[in-house]
Amino acid sequence: MAMSNSGIPQHWRTMRERYRLLGARCEKCNTNYFPPRNVCPKCRRRGKTTQIEFSGRGKVFSYTVINASSRAFERYMPYIVGLVQLDEGPRVLSQIVDCKPDDLRIGMEVEACFRKIFEQDDGGIISYGFKFRPYDNSWAKDFDGEVL
Amino acid sequence: MLLELKANGIGIVGYGVYIPRWRIKIEEIARVWGQDADSYRKGLGVEEKAVPSMDEDTTTIAVESARNALKRAREVKPDEMGAIYVGSESHPYAVKPTAATVAEAIGLTPNITAADTEFACKAATAAMQACMGLVKGGYMKYGISIGADTAQSAPGDALEYTAAAGGAAYVIGGGDGVIAEIEGTNSYTQDVPDFWRRDGTRYPTHAGRFTGEPAYFEHVINCSRALFEKLGTTAKDYDYAVFHQPNAKFPIRAAKLLGFEEKKVLPGMVVSKVGNTYSGSSLLGLAAILDRAKEGERILMTSYGSGAGSDSFSLRLTGRIEGKRRLSPPVKYYMERREYIDYSMYARYERLLGVMGHV
Amino acid sequence: MGTTEFGELWDKGLKDLAWEAGVKAVEAAGIGGKDIEYIVFGNMSGGLFVGQEHVAALVADFMGLNSTPATRVEAACASGGAAFLQAYMAVASGMYDIVVAGGVEKMTDVGAGQAAAILSGAMDYEWEAYFGATFPAVYALMARRYMHEYGLKSDTLAKVAVKNHYHGSLNPLAHFRNRITEDEALSSPMVADPLRRYDCCPVSDGAACTILAPLDVARKYTDTPIVIRAVAQASDTLSLLGREDLCTLRATVKAAGKAFDEAKLSRKDVDVVEVHDCFTIAELLALEDLGFCKKGEAAGLYGEGQTYVGGELPVNTDGGLKAGGHAVGATGIKQIVEVTRQLRGEAKNGRQVEGAEIGLAHNVGGTGATAVVAILSRR
Repeated sequence: MAMSNSGIPQHWRTMRERYRLLGARCEKCNTNYFPPRNVCPKCRRRGKTTQIEFSGRGKVFSYTVINASSRAFERYMPYIVGLVQLDEGPRVLSQIVDCKPDDLRIGMEVEACFRKIFEQDDGGIISYGFKFRPYDNSWAKDFDGEVL
Repeated sequence: MLLELKANGIGIVGYGVYIPRWRIKIEEIARVWGQDADSYRKGLGVEEKAVPSMDEDTTTIAVESARNALKRAREVKPDEMGAIYVGSESHPYAVKPTAATVAEAIGLTPNITAADTEFACKAATAAMQACMGLVKGGYMKYGISIGADTAQSAPGDALEYTAAAGGAAYVIGGGDGVIAEIEGTNSYTQDVPDFWRRDGTRYPTHAGRFTGEPAYFEHVINCSRALFEKLGTTAKDYDYAVFHQPNAKFPIRAAKLLGFEEKKVLPGMVVSKVGNTYSGSSLLGLAAILDRAKEGERILMTSYGSGAGSDSFSLRLTGRIEGKRRLSPPVKYYMERREYIDYSMYARYERLLGVMGHV
Repeated sequence: MGTTEFGELWDKGLKDLAWEAGVKAVEAAGIGGKDIEYIVFGNMSGGLFVGQEHVAALVADFMGLNSTPATRVEAACASGGAAFLQAYMAVASGMYDIVVAGGVEKMTDVGAGQAAAILSGAMDYEWEAYFGATFPAVYALMARRYMHEYGLKSDTLAKVAVKNHYHGSLNPLAHFRNRITEDEALSSPMVADPLRRYDCCPVSDGAACTILAPLDVARKYTDTPIVIRAVAQASDTLSLLGREDLCTLRATVKAAGKAFDEAKLSRKDVDVVEVHDCFTIAELLALEDLGFCKKGEAAGLYGEGQTYVGGELPVNTDGGLKAGGHAVGATGIKQIVEVTRQLRGEAKNGRQVEGAEIGLAHNVGGTGATAVVAILSRR
């Protein structure tokens, strides 16, 4: 219902944040927020918010495996949804991919990746955005383990 | 007319790749269709191929590849990138540009020119030439060309053993950050109906053995030879050769016909373990070589797109490669990072089955 | 006051349900329809479930009261509780004397997948539902975190489900009247790990209705008016993203604090509790956030039947949401109806809490963005 072939402007309005994990930073109290907010809840009118692009690195704060989804996500079942605590502070809710449910751990390091979020039926749009996968820099050891 | 473009200081400033994690072995495909796996393995030289997850497509693969390339092209500021092209034969939309989504996802919008390109498996190399021209003409500092595909093949058809998913992105430009200078490029194009897909049909058609001599070899060999002639080089002047890889046999034979020893071609061969990633194929092979080539070494890359045409590039490594190589994962990482699936899961990921009425 | 049966009621539409609950309430109160001055009705999503907005007007019309002012209140699953607060304020302000506070939801006309999509509007659509989170999933995230922080095991969750089904078996109006065992609960299919089918309340049709009046007016109609000692409401972040502590519903803590202050009562005074157990984990969090035990210790109330009728603190004596059913907009009112029954000694079938004097009803919207706590007493 909520994901029918409509709501295009709504889908487009959050596109940039969804593609690039863009949030807001209050310059006054140095707090980072996701999703971006027009006003810092702590400072309200005294605050000053600017855009920030998060690195995509974070840790799993909680997770669940969904076996019964709404219609828009039926074709992907079962899938993992988690709360990820970004390194920069805020928490985001997102799917966790490239990971078996049994390997999920609270506290495991993850990084953002770019995937399809859903596809509308009947020739509707494809929505893209961030999901998270386990952070793996094992390849860096070939370069003395230093990742710049 | 031979297209000749001597680039003079222009080259690759960054490169990045992405291959999905799933693999299916040819034994498993052969099992389902009751075919002889051994003969396909020997005939194609392919053992397994990469399969995209349900939530991956050409656009997501292109974004991952491009992000990896931008990590290496670290001196490039977003507003210095003047063009983005995505070459594929499996753009997710028939009409809606993949390049625009990728540009948005990697933060290059809005002051950039963008287009999707199509020429079977050489869509992205043609776009690299466009980038070279725009840079040399002084229209922009840098451009990016991405080749990515989630290749489709009819179940039970021979192509099913090789049609795979993957991508590679190349940032083209000049300046101190160039890691491989493009000494010259040449192209060779004719109308040859070796492999095609009519609009509205789901799977491509190929003309069997006709895809060999009059198609692949005609273009790859003649294009490469013409480049040698213009540059005054021969196979002996190159340390590596990488060709489009529809299977493991064609590039080895092309190398031989051009006078390359097998050891020069093997480092760039990815198809046995990844399959044919179509618009990503020759570019993935080139990346595998860039992951190990040394300063001063020379590479020949010749792509091939059915329909038909080839783009050849002569590349020379600068000293800059050492510092940039470590900035994103090598091809080897993606090749080794794999998980096997059976045909039933493959059928699900490849959308051969609908789920609850969804396709 | 009155409620309908809660369940899959194919042959009753939204207005039938509301009317039935309304008639029961009016007859029980001994008032006439013309005495009703204002109607407040909770309903989460008549529009998406049955294509009907303007629900309060529909309800008033169908009850034969088509000139009585009527307003719909929406606070997701706390719509009923929020309606109760609005009705309470209408009476307390002195503007109206006889006010109906009801709730109704007709959820089974759409398929399960669609119902799930509609309910996901109770979360943050853009940043939770959009990415594939379902309602069970967001509570599962809370459950998983709670397990990580406090060592909760799944068999405690099963105990909650078993108790509520037991109470439901004693309630002829409950959605589920079957008793279940812990084994059955622990082996039911996983919905959103770690929550299984028996950890999740159903989608129900139902309606409930209460009638409020100033105490002196109420005494004209009944010898047993139940006194509303306090109604308090509070908010928290809409989504889990901004929650400081995933295992605490701050809205519940705040509302409970305000309610107990206003009522000048302590937790020990409470004899019976109706909490918002949309998922078994929610019942545990509720008892902690309402202040009946310390954070992380609710599991301790399930080892020896303390939360059964006859125990120290009976919880959800009508089956709660899990077995009683959860017709979203009606639940908050249904809870108050059950507390009222208990305080009047009218609960049957062995469900009656002996000598119940003080009762509490706790209604939550979404993952805790809204919470309403009502404290009622016999005198």
